[in-house]
Amino acid sequence: MNKRQLSKYFPIFVLPTIAAFGIGFIYPFLHGIYLSFCSFKTTSDAAWVGVDNYIDALGDRSFLYSFWFTAAFTVVSVTLINLLAFAVAYVLTSGIRGANAFRTVFFMPNLIGGVILGYIWQLIFNGILQSYGTNIKLNSTFGFWGLVILLCWQQIGYMMIIYISGLNSIPESLYEAAKVDGATKWQTLRKVTLPMMMPSITICTFLTLTNSFKLFDQNLALTAGEPGLQVGGETIYQTEMLALNIYNTFYQNANTRGVGQAKAVLFFLLVAVIGLVQLYLTRKKEVQQ
Amino acid sequence: MSKKKTLATAIMSVISVLYVTPIFIVLMNSFKLKTAISSSPFSLPDKTNFVGLENYTRGMTFGEYPFYKSVVFSLIITVLSTVGILLFTSMAAWYIVRVDNRLCRGIYYLCVFSMIVPFQMVMYTLSKTADTLSLNNPLGIAVVYLGFGAGLAVFMFSGFVKSIPLEIEEAANIDGCGPIRTFFGIVLPIMKPTLISVCILETMWIWNDYLLPYLVLDIKKYRTIPIHIQYLNGSYGQVDLGAIMALIVLSIIPIVIFYFTCQKHIIKGIMAGAVKG
Repeated sequence: MNKRQLSKYFPIFVLPTIAAFGIGFIYPFLHGIYLSFCSFKTTSDAAWVGVDNYIDALGDRSFLYSFWFTAAFTVVSVTLINLLAFAVAYVLTSGIRGANAFRTVFFMPNLIGGVILGYIWQLIFNGILQSYGTNIKLNSTFGFWGLVILLCWQQIGYMMIIYISGLNSIPESLYEAAKVDGATKWQTLRKVTLPMMMPSITICTFLTLTNSFKLFDQNLALTAGEPGLQVGGETIYQTEMLALNIYNTFYQNANTRGVGQAKAVLFFLLVAVIGLVQLYLTRKKEVQQ
Repeated sequence: MSKKKTLATAIMSVISVLYVTPIFIVLMNSFKLKTAISSSPFSLPDKTNFVGLENYTRGMTFGEYPFYKSVVFSLIITVLSTVGILLFTSMAAWYIVRVDNRLCRGIYYLCVFSMIVPFQMVMYTLSKTADTLSLNNPLGIAVVYLGFGAGLAVFMFSGFVKSIPLEIEEAANIDGCGPIRTFFGIVLPIMKPTLISVCILETMWIWNDYLLPYLVLDIKKYRTIPIHIQYLNGSYGQVDLGAIMALIVLSIIPIVIFYFTCQKHIIKGIMAGAVKG
């Protein structure tokens, strides 16, 4: 295609996407950054307050609490999901019978939405916990592990698919060479499989990391942040993750919307930094093929 | 060796059964009396608490909102948004890669950038913008999804366009095809694998999405399935577990059908998305 001829077609080919992108992303994003420096209840009454919102956000104990809760949750769930997904993928690619059927089963929960997943598991956890006279919304330890189990159930299948395709793409000749050299199974796994799997590991840790850190629907449905604990006159919701904390700052009290927007900007920066650092660290370990 | 493999199959079978148990428990409870669901959620329905399809009939109108409407709106929104994203972003991606000037590269990097921005960052301003522009209906939300979902789609399509040899398009040009005919007649059919991948990823996202439609849509009129389920549990006075179990089962059924008819494509779509991601 002739470049000059094609470039005249900008309004047909690119304009619809760019217009929607402007409405759905660019304008809200820039406006959001501006509003994080304002005090506002609606978008029309915004008054500039400088960095006050950021000071308030960083001094908000519930925000800091939800940060640590989210961080702990992310570390545990990223580790568990990736270990289990890798293990399942490893077993399913070892030539066992019924591998396709197992793959089908493990992947299925992934297609169910977060809200519905939350209520499915609420029924199950509460069914177990009621014989001990408690429920998922009364105890933050159960809430934490409930969320971990829920996310594992949802995401192991997805990561397993990526690990399976990674394992299948390792050339057989490498395994043969390892065998000739007399490597044990464990040595082959560590010295051949794992290095060759680094691209898949990079993607899966990136996806699980950002998914866990940004978790919202499942959190809202399973525990809604409960239980709440009174600390020095304010209520800290003990299973409230960052996204839910930001949401509540916006919509439970219209007076704190500026703070909510400042939290959202901080949240965005955190997600971006964590994602990029993780990509940098695991990419370094990838081997050239 | 084969003994080990038989053992592995046995262990995996047990885990598989455990894996589908939560769904089975919900299914089982959807036929039980609502008081029996909370008192003994793990027992099979028996003579005293089996209610047949009563929960389902009650669920149909539970929450003063007919459930079929949620299904219809979920379907309309998912189809409209996905088709919009596929059509417009594939066109944009082709143009961006082929023209490749400074503006195009700028748009491309903006798209990549948008992929790491969490929804909370734009949720308030986006919902206000959508309100101002009267995009709070199923057709309007397709525009919002095109905008917020453009990043990943443009990124995946661009990656694929780069691998299409230019000669094919040049030949079409010499034969007198304009850009529009070249795109729809030649480029689009070649893109089919990526179209399917993007289609699967966007469908899964939009069908299950809760917060964006909840904030953007006029929820008095339009409730998607996740919005309706959340409303029944969270905001609607008395929680009727029987009706909720029935509705959960009904919302999983379309997903299961979708899964078993397009499983191959779904798996491929995820692998393609992962490589590019």
